[in-house]
Amino acid sequence: MIRFEHVTKYFSDRDLSVEDISLSIAAGEFVSIVGHSGAGKTTMIRLLLGEVKPTSGNIWFDDFDVDGLTQSQLPGYRRRIGVVFQDFRLLPNKTAFENVAFAMEAAGKTDEEIVSDVPHALELVGLSHKARAFPSEMSGGERQRLAIARAIINQPEVILADEPTGNLDPQSTYEIVEILKKINDLGTTVIITTHNKGIIDALGKRVVTIEKGRIVKDDKHGRHSMQ
Amino acid sequence: MSFQTDAKRILRWGLISFYRNTVVSITSILMMTVTLTVIGMTIFLNAILGFSLAQIESKVDVNVYFYPNVAESQIGDVKSMIQQLPEVASVEYVSQDQALADFKARHSADALTLQALDELGTNPLGAVLNIRAKEAGQYESIAKTLDDNSSLAKGSNAIIEKVNYAQNKEIIDRLTGIMRSVQRLGVAITLFFVIISILITFNTIRLAIYMARDEITNMRLVGAENKYIQGPFMIEGVVYGGIASVITLILFYPITLWLTNNTQAFFGGMSILQYYGDNFIQLFAILLVSGVLIGMISAWFAIRKYLKK
Repeated sequence: MIRFEHVTKYFSDRDLSVEDISLSIAAGEFVSIVGHSGAGKTTMIRLLLGEVKPTSGNIWFDDFDVDGLTQSQLPGYRRRIGVVFQDFRLLPNKTAFENVAFAMEAAGKTDEEIVSDVPHALELVGLSHKARAFPSEMSGGERQRLAIARAIINQPEVILADEPTGNLDPQSTYEIVEILKKINDLGTTVIITTHNKGIIDALGKRVVTIEKGRIVKDDKHGRHSMQ
Repeated sequence: MSFQTDAKRILRWGLISFYRNTVVSITSILMMTVTLTVIGMTIFLNAILGFSLAQIESKVDVNVYFYPNVAESQIGDVKSMIQQLPEVASVEYVSQDQALADFKARHSADALTLQALDELGTNPLGAVLNIRAKEAGQYESIAKTLDDNSSLAKGSNAIIEKVNYAQNKEIIDRLTGIMRSVQRLGVAITLFFVIISILITFNTIRLAIYMARDEITNMRLVGAENKYIQGPFMIEGVVYGGIASVITLILFYPITLWLTNNTQAFFGGMSILQYYGDNFIQLFAILLVSGVLIGMISAWFAIRKYLKK
């Protein structure tokens, strides 16, 4: 479903680069990408989202090259992927309900669909009681759960979660991981980047380890192996 | 997705965002009000200068003085001849007796002159025709027509004593010259201020959008198309312009009232307040259209930068 073929990306700042990455992810997989800060995890996510272009190599999503997408094709492509970030990236002037509804509107859903689906998504992440709250009125864990609700609302084929628990306490971290597992069980491919040992060990799923921009290990049922 | 649904959502988000970003909205409206006030002032200034210029021009005329012994019928002939000239707006006949009465009235405080006039016994003043042209620039050709008409102005049968255009000409020219320069300068200065204030408004809106740049990035990441991101900001710009134009129009009431009380005599009797009242609809339309366009275009330009990446 997703293939990185000899992907290299240099920024002017060489610390944030990936080198000759080749990786294949099948539909329905749960993949953790682990590595130290600056190892290139976030760059991989940004490459997959089409936010940055590879210096060389290709990234395939199903049968099209992400690098070959035009500006007008990008929004449609991004709607096939749900994204969750460490810093939540919510819309601060919109309520929880509106944040989720906005993603549906962007996907061209009708008002009826929005009214019926948004409450379900909020319920799934345990935020029904916060529907009218603004992100500034929510805790870190709640914000991240809202970000997940927004990411899954359009039933994307893939969920990308970039350090989703990086800013959260252990209890919230546990909740987020449980939600992501539930989403994966329902058939959605989940890719998360993290450096949280506890998460990796608890999941017992595929782990791709990268160091200094290169893949050094790819375990089918991996455990955290970084020192 | 239908155009109607899109338009409805864009409009709704624009209005919600306007309502929730109170401080940004108020600041933008204030800046826009300043801009529109300057634009409104330009309109008033132009009206005042135009009025003053028309006043001065209307005071200009050419006077044709006849010899005292010329018969009234002859003057009547000349009058109808002049009236047929295409440049002439009106011709006023002042009879010998009227001319004498006007002269006495003008010199009522000057006992010596009046005494001399009495001693003369007869009326030394001839009849006069006061000619007004349709435009200030046409006086020269009217005066020339009269001067060139040899049977009237030259020879032993001449009936016209003099045409006073040449004396008036210089002062008229100078005055209209000054007025036109003032008008041009006024337009240049106000245009300068209009441009400056538009730039300030543009920058205020740009700053507001700069503060929302992360939000714009996040909208793009969830796959929102540009129209969904740009549209609400443009709606906000339109609302700023609309509200600012109403505020500006209301502000102009006390301003024009004050100006009228203090400057009516100075500007040749023009009432700015009356101008405001008479042109209320046009004024509102100009301010509204300017405000809405400035708001919308500023937002469009400011946000374009964040959509290119």
